[in-house]
Amino acid sequence: MGETPLLEVRNLSVDFHTVGGKVHAVRNVSWHLSRGETLAILGESGSGKSVSASAIMNLIDCPPGEIVSGEILFEGQDVLKMSSNARRDLNGRRIAMIFQDPLSHLNPVYTVGFQIAETMTAHGTPRVQARSRALELMARVGIPDHEAKFDAYPHQFSGGQRQRLMIAMALALKPDILIADEPTTALDVTVQAQVLALLEELQQETGMGLLLITHDLGVVAEVADRVVVMNSGEIVEAGTASDVYHDPGHPYTRKLIAAVPGTGEMAAPLETGIKPILEVNGLTKHFGSFIALDDASLTVLPGETVAIVGESGSGKSTLAKTLLRLEEATSGEALWHGRDLVTMGQRELFSLRRDIQMVFQDPTQSLNPRMSVYDIVSEAFAIHPKILPRSQWKARVRELLDQVGLDANHMNRYPHQFSGGQRQRIAIARSLALEPKLIICDEAVSALDVSIQSQVMTLLTGLQDKLGLSYLFIAHDLPLVRDFAHRVIVMQDGRIVEQGPVAQIFEAPRQTYTRNLIAASLHPDPEIQARRRSERLAMAGD
Amino acid sequence: MTTNSDHIPAQPSATEDVPTSPAKQVLRMLWRDKLAFFAAVFLILVILCAIFGPMLFEEEATRQDLRGRNAPPFDFSRNWLFWLGGDTLGRPLLARIIVAAQNTMMVAAGAVAASLAIGTTLGLIAGYSGPRTSQVIMRLADVIMSFPSLLLAVIVLYMLAPSVGNLIIVLAITRIPVYLRTSRAEVLEVRERMFVQAAQVMGASTRRIVFRHILPIVAPTLITIATLDFAFVMLAESSLSFLGIGIQPPEITWGLMVSQGRPYLTSAWWLSFFPGLVIILTTLSLNLLSNWMRTALDPVQRWRLEIARKKHG
Repeated sequence: MGETPLLEVRNLSVDFHTVGGKVHAVRNVSWHLSRGETLAILGESGSGKSVSASAIMNLIDCPPGEIVSGEILFEGQDVLKMSSNARRDLNGRRIAMIFQDPLSHLNPVYTVGFQIAETMTAHGTPRVQARSRALELMARVGIPDHEAKFDAYPHQFSGGQRQRLMIAMALALKPDILIADEPTTALDVTVQAQVLALLEELQQETGMGLLLITHDLGVVAEVADRVVVMNSGEIVEAGTASDVYHDPGHPYTRKLIAAVPGTGEMAAPLETGIKPILEVNGLTKHFGSFIALDDASLTVLPGETVAIVGESGSGKSTLAKTLLRLEEATSGEALWHGRDLVTMGQRELFSLRRDIQMVFQDPTQSLNPRMSVYDIVSEAFAIHPKILPRSQWKARVRELLDQVGLDANHMNRYPHQFSGGQRQRIAIARSLALEPKLIICDEAVSALDVSIQSQVMTLLTGLQDKLGLSYLFIAHDLPLVRDFAHRVIVMQDGRIVEQGPVAQIFEAPRQTYTRNLIAASLHPDPEIQARRRSERLAMAGD
Repeated sequence: MTTNSDHIPAQPSATEDVPTSPAKQVLRMLWRDKLAFFAAVFLILVILCAIFGPMLFEEEATRQDLRGRNAPPFDFSRNWLFWLGGDTLGRPLLARIIVAAQNTMMVAAGAVAASLAIGTTLGLIAGYSGPRTSQVIMRLADVIMSFPSLLLAVIVLYMLAPSVGNLIIVLAITRIPVYLRTSRAEVLEVRERMFVQAAQVMGASTRRIVFRHILPIVAPTLITIATLDFAFVMLAESSLSFLGIGIQPPEITWGLMVSQGRPYLTSAWWLSFFPGLVIILTTLSLNLLSNWMRTALDPVQRWRLEIARKKHG
C-alpha cells in the first residue's frame, strides 16, 4: 500500500498491574486501517481484542494499566504523545466509538435527541444546527417517526433502535474512524443483520474506516475486508476475511473455525411410536392483558433434544418458566408421564423437581457466589434427602464433577475462581445431581465463547447418550441448534409458528418467519455469507 | 436412579485444596489488615473492661476526693487512676470510664442486637412474602419512623421505670425500621437473582432459600449498618440520660459522663473529652472491623486479605 493508512497501531504492548502480578493484556500488536476499509479484530473473551481500541480512545485507566511500548499513529501523528486536550478533541470528532450494550451507554434521564445533539454542541456546533443534524441522523439510521421520537427517552426504544441511536450519536461529527465494540452481540439475528447492513451503508456513504471488534466469525464474514485474529494478547493471524477462513495458518484459528456451529451433520429424528415423556397442550400465559405465551403445544420424547428458537420476546423463556412452575400458567395443560404438572399440588411438584431440571443462561448469576462448589452441587441432596445418605455426598459430588469434566479436587473453591465454561459445567453438575429425565436449557451456552460453547455442547450430547436425558433447548442461535437438536420449534410473538425435524426446518422451512430467521443468521464462510446476503436482499426486494 | 448405590468412594488425592484450620485463617487475614487488627485489640480491651471493670474499680470510681476536684490529666505524680484527671467530685476519670464500659456496652450492644434481629426478621418476611403481609409490616415501620424517637423514648420511659432493660427496649424499637427497610429492599433485589430461581427449580423450601441463599448476601450490609448504629445508640442513650430518663446516677455510662462534663467544658475540658474519645474510638474500631469482616466474608473479595500486601511506592 502506497499511502499512509488512516490509523496505524505499531508494536503496542499494554500491561495491567494487578495484585496477583503483572498481566500482559496485549503484546506487540500491530495493525492498520485505511479509509473506507473494514477491519475486524476477532478474539474470544480475555484475548485482548478490545485493549488496543481502548488505548486509541484513551479509555485505559493508568494505573492499573500501563502502555509499555508502541505507538498509535492517526494520520501519521502519535496520539499517545498528544496532550489530553488534543486527544479529547480527536475523540468523538475524528474517532467515534459504539459499544455492545447501548442501554448502559445512553443516559436514561435525557431524551435521545438531546443526547445526539449534545455530542455536537460539546464540540462547538450551535444548538439549532445540532438539532436539525440530529433529526437528520435519526432519520438516516432508520428510526421511524423520528420527529416525534426526538423527545423520547432511551427506555422507549427497542434494543436494535438503541444501537441505531448510538450509531447516530457516533456519526454526528462525521468521524473518520468508527470503532464498534461487539455492536450486535446483544441483538436478535434479524436485527443484527439490519444493524450490520446499516453500518456498511454508512461506511460507503462517508468513506470512514470501520474497526469492528467481535467474537463472531459470522459477523466477520458479513462485513469485514480484513481480519486480525487475537489470542491471549497476541495477534496470531492477519489477512483478508476469506483467506483467513479458507486457509488458516495458525492452529488457534483452525480450532476457532472448527468450533463454529452450523456446519456438521444434522441429527435424524427419533423413531416414532415412542411414548412422549412430556406432552404440552394449549399452554397459555397472560401477563395482565399481554399474551406472553399463546396456545403452545409440543411433545418431548425420551432421549430427544427439542430446540425452541425465536427472537427476544417470542415467549420461549416464558414457556420454560411455566413448565418449571416458576410462573403459573393461565390455561392449558402439560402432561409429565400423564400427570398434569400445571395443576400439580406442592407435594407432587416437589417430587417432580427431581425429574425436570434447568440449566440457566448465565452461570455467573445462577451460582450463589457465597457457596462453594461442593455446597452448590450437594444442595440437591440436602433438599431431597431421599436421594443419598449424607455420608455418600462427597463421593457423589466427586463423581458428578468428574462426569462434567471438572477436577473433583476443586470442590472447595468458589464459583468466581472458575472460568465461564467451567461455571456452566458446575451448573450442569448441579442439575445432574437430582438425576433428572429432562433438562431445560435456557440459552445455556449463549454467554460462552465459541470454543467453550462447542465443548459444553459435546458434554451435553455425551450425557444424553450415557444417561438417556431429554433436552428442551431454548436458543436464539440457529446454527447451534442445527448441530444439536432432533426437532426444532420456532416461536414468534408467543406463538409456535412452525415445528418439525431439524432437517426439515433448515432445508425446507414453510413459514416466512423461519426463512427470514435462517437467512439472517450468519455463516462463518465469507463466500457463503456473500451469497446469502444477495439472496436476502433479493428476498427483501420482492 | 440406579446410580444411587453403585459408586465407589474416590481416593483423596494429593492435590486436593486443603483448608487450613478456620481460626488460624481468620487470624492470618486479620493480621494482613493492620487497622482492623488494632481495632479488634481495642474492642477486646473494651469488652474486658465491660466484664471485669465494675468488679475491680467500682469502689475507686465512686469514692469522692474533694482535693482532687477537676484534677487536670497527665499529672503522673498521682495515683495512676487519676492520669486522665478527676471529675467535679474528685472521682478518678479513668476508673469511671472503665466502670462505665459495662452499662454503655450493655445498652448499645443490647439495643443494636435486638433491633438488628427483629428488623432483619421482619424485613425478610416483608421482602419474601406476599404483598399483604409486606404492606402491614411496612406501614408498621412507617408508624415508628414518623414518631420522633426521642418523644417515644420520653413517653415510654416516663411510664416505665428508667432502667437498663427498658432503655434497651426503647432504643431497639426506634432503630428497627432502619434494618427492616434495608433488608426488605435487598431481599426484593436478591430474590429475583438467578441462583434463587435455580434453588426453586430444585425444590428448595422457602426457609432454605431465605436462610441459605438470601440472608448471606444481605447480611454484610446489615452488619455494616449495625456498627454505624452502635455509635448512634450510645449517643441517644446519653441524651436520654441527660434528660434524666436514662441511666440514673450513681450508675454511669460514657454518654452520661459526656453530658455531665458539658457545663465545665471551658474550665475542665477533659471531663467530656476522654469519655467522648472512648466513644469515638469504639465506633471507629467497630467500623474498621466491620469493613474487614465484609471483605473476609465475601469469597470473591477474600483474596485481598489472603495474599501478601505489596508495599505501596
